[in-house]
Amino acid sequence: MKYVSHETIAQKVCDAICEISLNCDEDVKKLIKEALDKEDSPIVRDALKSLVQNHELSPASRVPLCQDTGTTVVFAELGNNVRIIGATLFEAIEQGVIAAQKSLPMRASMYKDPLFNRENSGDNSPPILHIEHTHGDSLTLHIAQKGGGAENKSFMQMFTPSTTADDIIEYVINGVVNAGSQPCPPLVIGVGIGGNFEQAPLLAKRALMRKLALPHLLPQYSQMEAKILEGINKRGCGIQGLGGDLTAMAVHINTAPCHIASLPVAVNIDCHAHRHCTLRF
Amino acid sequence: MRIHKINLPINAEEIANIKPGDKVLLTGELYTARDAAHKRMVEILDRGEELPLDLSRTVIFYCGPSPKAEGNICGAVGPTTSSRMDDYTPRLLQAGLKLMIGKGDRAEDVMQEIKDHGAIYLSAIGGISAVLNSCIVSCETYLWHEMGAEAVHKFVVKDFPCYLI
Repeated sequence: MKYVSHETIAQKVCDAICEISLNCDEDVKKLIKEALDKEDSPIVRDALKSLVQNHELSPASRVPLCQDTGTTVVFAELGNNVRIIGATLFEAIEQGVIAAQKSLPMRASMYKDPLFNRENSGDNSPPILHIEHTHGDSLTLHIAQKGGGAENKSFMQMFTPSTTADDIIEYVINGVVNAGSQPCPPLVIGVGIGGNFEQAPLLAKRALMRKLALPHLLPQYSQMEAKILEGINKRGCGIQGLGGDLTAMAVHINTAPCHIASLPVAVNIDCHAHRHCTLRF
Repeated sequence: MRIHKINLPINAEEIANIKPGDKVLLTGELYTARDAAHKRMVEILDRGEELPLDLSRTVIFYCGPSPKAEGNICGAVGPTTSSRMDDYTPRLLQAGLKLMIGKGDRAEDVMQEIKDHGAIYLSAIGGISAVLNSCIVSCETYLWHEMGAEAVHKFVVKDFPCYLI
């Protein structure tokens, strides 16, 4: 049995949130620089340069990469031989979220009630937590800070089994192209195929946390990823709608078994801040 | 790429001179307003009361900044999605608004109204908050403190980068 104190979890979650809010993912940095090297248009180059500059300035000045510092989303893998001492896993993570909000400081971006009482919680709580129970004595937390703009342009549909891979490819490309510049391209696209009405979006969100551009293990799906990426970048709007070849940086597909009558497809969009990390206890 | 350096408030001639694909560097005062502040401004106008801002001289920046860290002039700043303000924008244009800054496409009828009022909508790049922060000379919460990030903040900016898309 492994014992992990809630203070340890809270502290590490706080540190991780601050880290990803200031330091851009290395794979994103590389792709932006490559796009800049290839780009001819002065206005697109100007915009891409400002991203590169932001990647350098943010950690140096401790000003977050984006003012929408996001909602904390955590996918936890909780081993059956792990015990959390002093609080539930949710409470421990929430303590980390609140500490990060005060420490950086992050923007308090959460309302207590979605419709009638849009009063700010004041500390960016609560986080959104999904727990998967695993074997063993390790606890793994996959953490993302998810902004509202890209989340608002995400979409899903309950397709039927007659749907083909090409239909899904077209559906994803059209949806992302229609989102235009609102979700802050260059984007990362998570696609959840299968599961049911609530699992498909979870698959899509979890797919965003895969290492950038690491292809799906099955060739049928990795080929779909490549086709969707190419399709978006051919028809897309480029950085902030200014044009250029880079509207999406990566497409990640994640799948699950599904009912014989169903074929759910969900698409979760992430902006170029792409704030995510993994903690292991 | 043509670059326009503009001291705010912007005038009609400068607005007419900015073409799609141009970059604009703004110097002067910006006032932030998001969904909640827009709703309140329109409610005030609809009651026939006077706004605490002269919209004809005000630049509205669709932005909810993060709080500033100790020792910094300002927190992270950047544009939020403009189309969420589309329902409110025609009313503010009627009240004299000439320049809005945000990100993303807007409804066609709102773009037409912006044009009809001789106003302009400029795009800032999302997710470059540390860069935009370096253009902020001063920052204060100006109206409706209780709204937190959604309050109206007054920024004095120097060479704040935007584009006409």
